[in-house]
Amino acid sequence: MKILLMGNPNVGKSVIFSRLTGTRTIASNYPGTTVEFIKGHMKLGQEQAEIIDVPGTYTLEPTSKAEEVAAEMLKEGDLIIDVVDATNLERNLNLTLQLLEKPVPVIVALNMWDDTRHRGINIDVARLEELLGVPVVSTVGVTGQGIKELVSHLPEAAAPQDIYSSSDERWAKIGDIVSKVQSLIHRHHTWREILEDASSHPVGGIATALLVLGATFFVIRFVGEGIINYVTDPLFNWLWTPLLMKLSLALGSSGFWHDILVGKLIDGNVDYFQSFGLLSTGIYIPLAAVLPYIIAFYFALGILEDVGYLPRLAVLIDTLMHRLGLHGYAIIPTILGLGCNVPAVMATRILESRRERFIAATLISIGIPCAALQAMIIGLVGQQGIQYVAIVYGSLFISWIIIGLILNHTVRGFSPELIIEMPPYRFPPWRVIGEKLWLRVYSFIKEALPIVLGAVLVVNILYTLGVFDFIANIAAPVLSGLLGLPKESVVALAIGFLRKDVAVGMLAPLGLTAKQLVISTTVLAMVFPCVATFVILARELGARDMLKATGIMIAAALIVGGLQNLIL
Amino acid sequence: MSQNTQLTLDQMEAGQTGTVIQILGGRGLTRRLEALGVRQGKEVTKISSMLFRGPVTFRTDYTQVAVGFGMARKILIEIAPSA
Repeated sequence: MKILLMGNPNVGKSVIFSRLTGTRTIASNYPGTTVEFIKGHMKLGQEQAEIIDVPGTYTLEPTSKAEEVAAEMLKEGDLIIDVVDATNLERNLNLTLQLLEKPVPVIVALNMWDDTRHRGINIDVARLEELLGVPVVSTVGVTGQGIKELVSHLPEAAAPQDIYSSSDERWAKIGDIVSKVQSLIHRHHTWREILEDASSHPVGGIATALLVLGATFFVIRFVGEGIINYVTDPLFNWLWTPLLMKLSLALGSSGFWHDILVGKLIDGNVDYFQSFGLLSTGIYIPLAAVLPYIIAFYFALGILEDVGYLPRLAVLIDTLMHRLGLHGYAIIPTILGLGCNVPAVMATRILESRRERFIAATLISIGIPCAALQAMIIGLVGQQGIQYVAIVYGSLFISWIIIGLILNHTVRGFSPELIIEMPPYRFPPWRVIGEKLWLRVYSFIKEALPIVLGAVLVVNILYTLGVFDFIANIAAPVLSGLLGLPKESVVALAIGFLRKDVAVGMLAPLGLTAKQLVISTTVLAMVFPCVATFVILARELGARDMLKATGIMIAAALIVGGLQNLIL
Repeated sequence: MSQNTQLTLDQMEAGQTGTVIQILGGRGLTRRLEALGVRQGKEVTKISSMLFRGPVTFRTDYTQVAVGFGMARKILIEIAPSA
């Protein structure tokens, strides 16, 4: 049996999904996160039922890729749970009535029931049930209220198949239903609405944005450094280092296996950035240098997403983004890219035209460093002084703007206008934030750890075989002539294809000057995406556009690196 | 007795309320706006517009919607004379 969970975006569908299945799932306050649908299972009597979280859609007459998917999936369902936002009954009923035309039984979950009271809305549930001809259960997804009743009423789901000849006729029926079941009580503006209006105002909006982004930056630094200083560094220094030194002694302090496992000793000691053994640098980079910032970043991002701030940022930045051939909505995948470019490129699907998706994906790959790379840049370049970190970020930002301006003039096709619902500000329950954070952190560890270890292993083996000297000699003219880097840094740039964080780590033993560090990390950030992003780019854009994007990246990286070499 | 004023959404003042009388666009635009609850006969209140022909934000029922400047110019609003 297949149960489809359907509804408008921002109605709390994904939270209900996680309540029904008990598994962890991502639920967000902006439309578009569940373009890739999520499946789960639940027990229904003796039977195992499959539940599918269908992407949020306003109508069954699709207007975007996400809505197409939703209409397509409808054909496979045996039962539909239609999640309705009780505070937006009229608009939500449009989808409900469209669903009731289909030969599939429907049950309505009247969600956000607790919000109706704050907003002075009164809905007669029994009457609504009678008028729709299907069961209606009021629910509060975030607390779980009404979920049991919803499940127990599933067998009563019905398919009235009332067909309307036109959308005008359907809207007339909706107007009729709403006037019969809903009554409004007058009440004053809440502080939340005042805040909402302020962040939509041009001046208040910019002030809010600066405040929010500043606070976000502070939280990320505070949490990230806190974890490093009080958790991971003490653990490594007091527990792991003594163990490694014992192992090093047992292996005879040098030799092939010693260098692969422990790495080279620096002044007779393990140096987590420079030793480059599997058990030293190989686990230090992902777990101690990068993971704290991954946790900090996704913690902050999760709150921003679920509070409902991002669509407001999209509106604020829309005018600027139009100059780059995008509209404000593209800021959402871009911000995701600051965590990891893979989900960011996937999220470009929320953009309507092919041209926009190409521009957005290319700009993300060039100018948006992922959290792993940023953590290493801050760790390594930051040792030379914070101003050098600022130069790296500034170069990336300026490149992002300039390349966007150029792409806007050269890429054919059109970029449509922004049209977006602004969800009300809500503070999500900590449990939901925690679950989402865990899901993201877990997938980082699962995907990054093996690749980092693999990359360190490959580096060690190629180094022993002398392959790097060969590559370094070939690349020397470009590197030293154009970028002013020692030829050994080519190895790091090449490894950047596997993992950017490991690549920055490989720069550590080279003894680069501050200027060389700035150039090499900037080039590393821009020149090409890591292999995981590469695969996703090819899948989302097609092989031809992916190659085009890669060409742009390499050219841009060499130009920017060359300019830095001239100017700095 | 003064005449009702007609203007497009982008010309409204922030805080002003009016009724949508026509969407001056193709079926695509009409459908997308309709999906968000914006259609003929609905009352809308403009909240703000961003500078430099940026998006226009407005409220209809309990939904806040933002549309690009070009779209805002295609939404025709009638404003009743203030009493």
